[in-house]
Amino acid sequence: MAGSPARKTALRLALAVPVMFAFAVFVMPPLYDAFCEVTGLGGKTAGRYVNEAPAVDSERMVKVQFLTTNNGTMPWEFRAPAEAVRLHPGESTRVTFYARNVTQHDMVAQAIPSVAPANAARYLHKTQCFCFNRQPLQAGEAAEMPVVFFVDPELPAAVTTITLSYTLFDVTDRQGAGVAAVN
Amino acid sequence: MAHGPAKGIRRWLFATNHKDIGTMYLWFSFTMFLLGGFFAMVVRAELFEPGMQIVRPEFFNQMTTMHGLIMVFGAIMPVFVGLANWMIPMMIGAPDMALPRMNNLSFWILPFGFTLLASTLFMEGGAPNFGWTFYAPLSTTYAPPTVNFFIFGIHIIGASSIMGSINIIATILNLRAPGMTLMKMPLFAWTWLITAFLLIAVMPVLAGAVTMMLMDINFGTSFFDAAGGGDPVLFQHIFWFFGHPEVYIIIIPAFGVISAIIPTFSRKPLFGYSSMVYATAAIAFLSFIVWAHHMFTVGMPIAGELYFMYATLLIAVPTGVKVFNWVSTMFRGAITFETPMLFAIAFVVLFTLGGFTGVMLAIAPADIQYHDSYFVVAHFHYVMVAGALFSSTAAVYYWLPKWCGRMYNETMGKVHFWVSFIGFNITFFPQHFLGLAGMPRRYADYSLQFADWNMVSSIGAFIYGASQLLFLYNVIATIVAGRKVSDPKIWEGAEGLEWTLPTPAPYHTFSTPPAVK
Repeated sequence: MAGSPARKTALRLALAVPVMFAFAVFVMPPLYDAFCEVTGLGGKTAGRYVNEAPAVDSERMVKVQFLTTNNGTMPWEFRAPAEAVRLHPGESTRVTFYARNVTQHDMVAQAIPSVAPANAARYLHKTQCFCFNRQPLQAGEAAEMPVVFFVDPELPAAVTTITLSYTLFDVTDRQGAGVAAVN
Repeated sequence: MAHGPAKGIRRWLFATNHKDIGTMYLWFSFTMFLLGGFFAMVVRAELFEPGMQIVRPEFFNQMTTMHGLIMVFGAIMPVFVGLANWMIPMMIGAPDMALPRMNNLSFWILPFGFTLLASTLFMEGGAPNFGWTFYAPLSTTYAPPTVNFFIFGIHIIGASSIMGSINIIATILNLRAPGMTLMKMPLFAWTWLITAFLLIAVMPVLAGAVTMMLMDINFGTSFFDAAGGGDPVLFQHIFWFFGHPEVYIIIIPAFGVISAIIPTFSRKPLFGYSSMVYATAAIAFLSFIVWAHHMFTVGMPIAGELYFMYATLLIAVPTGVKVFNWVSTMFRGAITFETPMLFAIAFVVLFTLGGFTGVMLAIAPADIQYHDSYFVVAHFHYVMVAGALFSSTAAVYYWLPKWCGRMYNETMGKVHFWVSFIGFNITFFPQHFLGLAGMPRRYADYSLQFADWNMVSSIGAFIYGASQLLFLYNVIATIVAGRKVSDPKIWEGAEGLEWTLPTPAPYHTFSTPPAVK
């Protein structure tokens, strides 16, 4: 009954299955990341900025606010250096965040940055950031965690205030190298 | 004619006959329908009054989740596969499905998939409790350990769907009787052809989504985990890239059923056949590019909200074409109101109502208010229950005499219809009010101001649930002791190849292809 034409149709259709599966697992996530990084949607920031710094635009002032959040039940003390800094686009600034492991055991943390408004995300460049690496802290230990960043002079004129938010995740139980590549 | 069916259990275990497999699909889906319905009764019983009376909140969450999963994957999808198995070969003049052994496999893995899924109810940690949409990280970081059973269950169910779809496409494209061109096919075959392509495109995406969950949970990847550089919103995109076509997979075969029943009882050919085909194809295409209208509140940029809003509103156009065609078919027809026709007319009315609330939800600024409220629950039950379930009920009443050569009890059928219709509306119409008043979905308890309508809704649910037992009784009574009928054309207005066959339909049909003019 299943003559060869029907079988051929079935085989051809069956080929679509691994293709769509691979599309979901191997294409959609990187495509989504690339899409978010290019457009800055969802406040995702790019990784370490490696190009030369642009000239400082001293005509303009931008306010960068800092926000710290502990994810879930992460118990560490985690503070921003100040509520905000004001700086010229192109001007590099170094600020230091503070974290302390208040628990009785050694832990490892990973900070994930996010920028609001979303259309400012790709104009905030980090040349150095604690979020590029994991932060291990022994029980009771504290650390100063620096970020060096500047705002691109190309930042849309409508944006006068940028919020840089860090969420601290507990990654003590995770294997693997960390997320230096994606931040 | 060749041999008849094998004797005893072997007939079912080793079934390759499309009618036997169709029957098994139909009984399986009805069993799942009763199971999922029982879970819904638990939910409505708990929501009968404010406060916690019957179950713990954790168990309530398992009930809503399992109700959704069982109804979508266990009841509605298999019932239409069962109808396709029974009817498509008879409608297009084929002797059987193109790949009978694969047909057997695609049915017989289903009970295993659902046993995996349902067995979690008896395990430590309980059944999945994260909603049928299983958003990460609720379904990964915070999931009960039984989530792995859920994942493998979904894999099996997906494999079954994919094999069923491949079979349907191979049958329709290769086994049509000579002269049965694509544009002469009954609409039920057309709608299933389009649905099967949707299934093959998106079921692997669902498999991919649950596989990524599996990796995140057990193997340390971070697809959906922000701590490792992933993104939970990505899960929602992938899920709804599957999920939106999925809701059309559920409703498009129902369009085919309604397009068969309304002309029969209006005694007129279907109005606008070709526009029906194109409208169905248009709906299927649009289903791939509107998924993020389920996610208006995740923080999309305004351009994204506008795009998904307008693209979604566009779906109302081909859907409207279909509704107007059904109404035009009935217009000036010699209509009689047998049970299948009653269910079909109720489908048109209630599905359109569900479509209108869908248009309301598609409006991004309004959706931010309605999102995750009972308004959404009311909307999708109008399209899924009054849409997909009413149409499959209509299909059973319509074709049951053909299948078993016995007529169902018309009075009991009409009682079933009216009790279902009234019970359904008492259940779900008040949920519109609850949602607009701000009652969120998926909670085991609610504020006092929602009490009255919730009690009304629960009473309706018990009425609707009880009416399905009447349906079960009517079907069994028909099969066992219904009045015998032998006219090939059970319904005087029915057209199509399946009505040229003897009644009851013999075990083997169209062993020599019929001539189609």
